[in-house]
Amino acid sequence: MPEPTPFAHRLTSRRGMLFGAAVSAGTLLVGCTSNESKDEEPAANDRPAADDKPGKPVTIGFAGPQADHGWLNAINDNAKSRAKKYSDVTLEITEGSNDTAQQIGQIETLINKKVDVLVVLPADGKALTQVGLKAMRAGIPVVNLDRIFNTPQAYRCWVGGDNYGMGLNAGHYIGEKLKGKSDARVIELAGLDNLELTKQRTQGFDDALKNYPNIKKVARQAAEFTVESGQAKMAQLLQAQPKFDALWNHDDDQGVGALRAIDQAGRDDFLMVGGAGALAAFQAIKQDSGVLKATVLYPPTMAASAIDLARALGQGKGVGGLAEFEIPASITLYSAVVDKTNVDQYMSTGFK
Amino acid sequence: MTQPVSPPRDGTGKVPQVPLPAWRAAIGRADVRTLSLLGVLAVLVLIGGITKPDEFLDTRNLQLVLTQGSVIGVVTVGMTFVITSGGIDLSVGAIVALASVWATTVATQDYGFLGILFTAMIVGVGCGLVNGLLIAYGGMVPFIATLAMLASARGLALQITDGRTQIVSVESVLDLGERDAYVLGVPPLVIVFAIVTVIGWLVLNRTTFGRRTVAVGGNAEAARLAGIDVRRQRLYLYLLSGLCCGIAAFLLIILSGSGQNTNGNLYELDAIAAAIIGGTLLSGGRGTITGSVLGVLIFTTITNIFALNNLQSDVQQIAKGAIIVAAVLVQRRTASTT
Repeated sequence: MPEPTPFAHRLTSRRGMLFGAAVSAGTLLVGCTSNESKDEEPAANDRPAADDKPGKPVTIGFAGPQADHGWLNAINDNAKSRAKKYSDVTLEITEGSNDTAQQIGQIETLINKKVDVLVVLPADGKALTQVGLKAMRAGIPVVNLDRIFNTPQAYRCWVGGDNYGMGLNAGHYIGEKLKGKSDARVIELAGLDNLELTKQRTQGFDDALKNYPNIKKVARQAAEFTVESGQAKMAQLLQAQPKFDALWNHDDDQGVGALRAIDQAGRDDFLMVGGAGALAAFQAIKQDSGVLKATVLYPPTMAASAIDLARALGQGKGVGGLAEFEIPASITLYSAVVDKTNVDQYMSTGFK
Repeated sequence: MTQPVSPPRDGTGKVPQVPLPAWRAAIGRADVRTLSLLGVLAVLVLIGGITKPDEFLDTRNLQLVLTQGSVIGVVTVGMTFVITSGGIDLSVGAIVALASVWATTVATQDYGFLGILFTAMIVGVGCGLVNGLLIAYGGMVPFIATLAMLASARGLALQITDGRTQIVSVESVLDLGERDAYVLGVPPLVIVFAIVTVIGWLVLNRTTFGRRTVAVGGNAEAARLAGIDVRRQRLYLYLLSGLCCGIAAFLLIILSGSGQNTNGNLYELDAIAAAIIGGTLLSGGRGTITGSVLGVLIFTTITNIFALNNLQSDVQQIAKGAIIVAAVLVQRRTASTT
């Protein structure tokens, strides 16, 4: 499960930035990251930045949680395949684990092996802060992926997704679609309620909807990020709300179940926006035969970017497309809205 | 250990009859329990009807509640047998997960309807067999053996899927979850649930197998002295629970159109709770299928009413806990006066 746990100041600053200027901030961020990857694939590039040209050999240690969810699986795949692209990168990957003690042990092993850079997607960011600090003190820079450590001292660079932005962009998309419709009714199928990220997604959604006084959120139910819970909760929501105009579902995996419930209830009188960016969701959006019209990204490509950043760190380079000599301290990915108009562009990033 | 107190049956009532007030004698012990459960259900229906009359008292909603209770309901019938025999099966949720992902893996290879159905049932029975052998012949405590099965079946399910959701495209399976497949307004899932319930009731209350189950749960040593092959009986019971999980996995595939390693999450607790609320003794020796099924219906009705009234999950969990306590307290009161 994508589960960044940013601390308050980071959250508020990010919130302010995104809420104030969602579009411009987003364009800036997406500009950075997409430039980076685009500029890197074709090798010809004489900027003092991370590029495809083989440089100093770098050994990157990668430690992630157990891939018990499609998104996490995609994270591992992205990291592995990006590392393979570089002839100068050796990837030391540990067995994924959701057990804090076990993951700490794995990272310590990587530190003892003296890898050049560490990429860590902690099962629990707060619990793994200490081992991040340990690595940094041992002179191994850490790229913290998605679920954030408790202190910036524990990582050199954080790269991750934007849960608040997911909600915000989903809300804006729905708001624009329902513009001009008076008394529009919207419902929300949230993810696991005891995760911080679920609250952030809901908060972003609610904040976006405040811009559209004609829209009212009439119901919200939390599912558990699973197909089974998505089906069960959606079936109930459909029964509870005989008439509504739009649905935002936090997660494409539980969305498989939600779509099944919608199909079983024979409903097609509303539009649905998903979250995360699963391949099945992209395909449904492309087909355009059902209620699912868009999904808001939480891109697993962040793992590939983390490898890029780790390599740049190991070779002492900056990032292509930026003027700085060093890589940034943190990069928040943009939660782009993928709908029929741009789905082809994103299809290859869809995870199963 | 209490004496094996089975629901009063004509002809087999070896339990010494305490003189009862006439009205109590008329309805009988088990029926008081059932009535109190029906009472709880009636109160819930009343609450649902008052708070959301249009949505709750709707045929579609009735179909929905019953459909959602079907999967866990089938698991609970199997669980009732196991608990009645003095055992416990903590692996039911994991078996449902494993059976559903294994069956949907087969589905992706175009084995079709029967392929999915049989794979789910075989995986369920296979896991039940391992449980049964470990417990009956390996001498392991049911709690530990099925806990081990819980861990390994979930692990295997994760390994098979790689954490991915396996979407089923076999139309003949999916069609069973559609409205067109309803027989006289009853969804096929509910029909399966009803059949499993009736068979379960008959087996527990009207067969030698059922009587042996109760006897083993009441006093295993006495049962052994009475000539019952206790070990074989236990093996069969875990096989039965596994089979129920396999059937439930198939129902879940129909319902959700997919297999996922997270399927059946916390089914073990829901099934145990439903059985206990229904009046099955956790220490064994008494089991009631009717009670278990009512327990399942109470749970699904609660969930339904909460969702219709848009209560958040934290409130739902608190209330669910409170209702479990209330139901059991009411039951103890009605039961202790006998």
